[in-house]
Amino acid sequence: MLTINNLSVHYGGIHALKGINLEVPQNKIVTLIGANGAGKSSTLKSIMGLAKASGGSIKFNGEDIVNKPTTNMVSKGLVLVPEGRRVFSNLTVEENLFLGAYLRKNKEEITKDLNWVYELFPRLKERVWQKAGTLSGGEQQMLAVGRALMSKPKLLMMDEPSLGLAPLIVKDIFGIIKEIHRNGMTILLIEQNAKAALEVADYGYVLETGSITLEGPGKELMVNDEVQKAYLGEHK
Amino acid sequence: MKREKVIQSLISIAAVIILLVILNKVLTPFQARIFNLGGIYIILAISMNLINGFVGLFSLGHAGFMAVGAYTSALLTMSREAKEMNFFLEPIVPWLLDVQLPFPIAIIIGGLMAALAAALIGAPVLRLNDDYLAIATLGFSEIIRVIFTNTQSLTNGALGLKGLPYIGVTDSPKEAIWWIWGLVIITIVFMVLLINSTYGRAFKAIREDEIAAEAMGINLFKHKMMAFIIGSFFAGIGGALLGHYMNTIDPLLFRYLLTFNIILIVVLGGIGSITSSVISAIVVTIAQELLRVLDGKMQIGSLIINGVPGTRMVVFSALLMLVILFYQRGLMGTNEFSWSWFKKLPFKTKKAKIS
Amino acid sequence: MSFQTFLQHLVNGISLGSLYALLAIGYTMVYGILRLINFAHGDIFMLATYIAFYSITTFLLPWWAAFLIAIILTALLGILLERAAYRPLRNSPRISIMISAIGASFLIENLAIVFFGGRPKAFPIAPIFSKIVRIGDVSISIVTIIIPIITVIALVILNFIVNKTKTGMAMRAVSKDYDAAKLMGININHIISFTFGTGSALAAIGGIMWALKYPQLIPLMGVMPGLKFFIAAVIGGIGNIKGAVLGGFILGLGEIAIVASSPALSGYRDAFAFILLIIILLVKPTGLLGQNSAEKV
Repeated sequence: MLTINNLSVHYGGIHALKGINLEVPQNKIVTLIGANGAGKSSTLKSIMGLAKASGGSIKFNGEDIVNKPTTNMVSKGLVLVPEGRRVFSNLTVEENLFLGAYLRKNKEEITKDLNWVYELFPRLKERVWQKAGTLSGGEQQMLAVGRALMSKPKLLMMDEPSLGLAPLIVKDIFGIIKEIHRNGMTILLIEQNAKAALEVADYGYVLETGSITLEGPGKELMVNDEVQKAYLGEHK
Repeated sequence: MKREKVIQSLISIAAVIILLVILNKVLTPFQARIFNLGGIYIILAISMNLINGFVGLFSLGHAGFMAVGAYTSALLTMSREAKEMNFFLEPIVPWLLDVQLPFPIAIIIGGLMAALAAALIGAPVLRLNDDYLAIATLGFSEIIRVIFTNTQSLTNGALGLKGLPYIGVTDSPKEAIWWIWGLVIITIVFMVLLINSTYGRAFKAIREDEIAAEAMGINLFKHKMMAFIIGSFFAGIGGALLGHYMNTIDPLLFRYLLTFNIILIVVLGGIGSITSSVISAIVVTIAQELLRVLDGKMQIGSLIINGVPGTRMVVFSALLMLVILFYQRGLMGTNEFSWSWFKKLPFKTKKAKIS
Repeated sequence: MSFQTFLQHLVNGISLGSLYALLAIGYTMVYGILRLINFAHGDIFMLATYIAFYSITTFLLPWWAAFLIAIILTALLGILLERAAYRPLRNSPRISIMISAIGASFLIENLAIVFFGGRPKAFPIAPIFSKIVRIGDVSISIVTIIIPIITVIALVILNFIVNKTKTGMAMRAVSKDYDAAKLMGININHIISFTFGTGSALAAIGGIMWALKYPQLIPLMGVMPGLKFFIAAVIGGIGNIKGAVLGGFILGLGEIAIVASSPALSGYRDAFAFILLIIILLVKPTGLLGQNSAEKV
């Protein structure tokens, strides 16, 4: 579904991504793990057109989308849940969700999806009229995911959904990810929490200082020595 | 190394003095007047560059401090007769009537009064940042103007002051060259020393990143205050000179338009460079004189174009927009003049080959 | 002061406050979305009055058509201003974009001097606007009454746009977070253009009413009022539309109160706004209704 070939990103003099290759097949969960500053967020940003790619290609369903405006990505069905949630704190929960459906016209379907999101996140339904800024961190993450679902994504990308959340809530979030996946969603997940990510993922990539150093099915990476040492903190 | 620098600086100053002697001989009185105006604008541009360019405080209060300097110096140098003639609507406050000080002392007091005003104003407003600082300083500058318009017995209100003594002892632009350009040299030397001192480095640190500067132990408020007061002192001196240069001052002269003129010079030259302020001040002053033809009648071949008043300022505002949109560094960015330019010249071609 | 004079002053104050409020909104909207003091807003206000003037005097249009054209053209000019002077600098340091705003303001003023002439022009006032209404012993010009009414109508419409429409929702989203708004598929440039258009249209409405009240046009007429409109926005809490309205009324009523209370103080009328601004900035820098949003480090 999404094919990345030899993608490079520069920020000024910094070479953030040094030609990475990545593939997200339909209906799969693919995860990209790595430490801080490895280039995980840069990958997502360049897919969405928020960061300029300096080389390489990004193909979505066979169409080249590299360095196109973000609006086009959203209308094609590429949707990102940004790092740090970035909900609109000055808007109500419901307004945030409606903004997710900004490009959609069909009112019936929007209402249908809204109800689906409320089913997934009953907590949001209780807080429909509350300003998003007053929600807890976990609730904001739910809102960010819900808002992304309102865009009717074909490929849902999530940047560190577990960041800064309590372990119990992290568990909830990953439960939801699995649930969404069961509904047929293709997901590209970026995580520092390698264990949680690899558990749900069909396939994983390890990113280190701008290059992919390892890749393989999630279960295999879980037991890989290097991954265990570097990301899972287990010593043998 | 250090000694070499001192010698180079002295050579530069000597060169400027020789240049002034020559100019004093060859310039017509009219040209000398424009040359002098350029000098005044240099002082004003450098003083603004210290605040806006080196410390990165966006202050729009220059005209206000200039007004303080100009009025102070004017009232201190005018004779009793001149004051009586000016204040016909309401007599001047008695304690000012007989005060008459020599010109150099008066302009220094003018600068000090401007610095005092800056100290009073700076204490509250320098805690604000960016846009709020801009609008608050602009506000203060307007308040000063409104006060000067309404204090009839002190400033003669909207009527302004006429017949200010010209710069220097004799009424000649040629003598004024020495006063004005002497002050220009003093201002430049002072600013260069300041910028290269520890304080100067702190200023630039604040400009680049306030939070990082504060984390390094730089007292933000103290340094901002210092730059603001010093800059305003020179703005006061520049304002005083401008007043004497023009012979007449009134509150309308010190509108925000005047601040804009100086911003124009600073931005066209390059924010954060003394050299560029100097060059830009001279170029803009001369250009403003030359482009006066745009406002009057123009003859190109047999074609006579009736100029429209105001065209000149359109050209300058358009120029400012072009520079800020397409060439933000200005004439020379933050670069400064140095003797190493001359040393570099012969080697430039070699360097290019290597790289 | 008799009750009649008090009433007279009160009506004048409300009328002036309405104008300040309308114009302050333009500043506040632009600031909310771009974090920029649009120094040229006062000049946009000036252009609106001249467009209306020429539509009536040169093109001999009826007043209502002239006003409509002025509002539309001014909105377009506002959009053009943002495209030309602000959009290219969106990722530049704040100081550059502010200088650009100041430069744009002076360019417009100087162009106005060249094209419209520096001499004052008398704004033609249709007879219906010059009527005087008598309520008891108080006589009020019809314009003074119309101004608050039009202001309220404009505010209701604006409130609807901002809070009830999709575009308004997008405006609020963009003012909070550019990148997150982009991720919703929002075209930031369209929303910013829309904001400038709306703010400028309000400036045009305010400008025309200003010209009806003070029918003398000069190219620099937007400078001092422009600063005051901005101050009204800051007093109320910049970025907050309700705050702009509140600030506008405080400033308008305050100025009239000063002039009314003592003729000796009337010379300081223009200083009042600035003194109020500085007091507010020192006591509550976010303005009366502003939110305390700590700047991100």
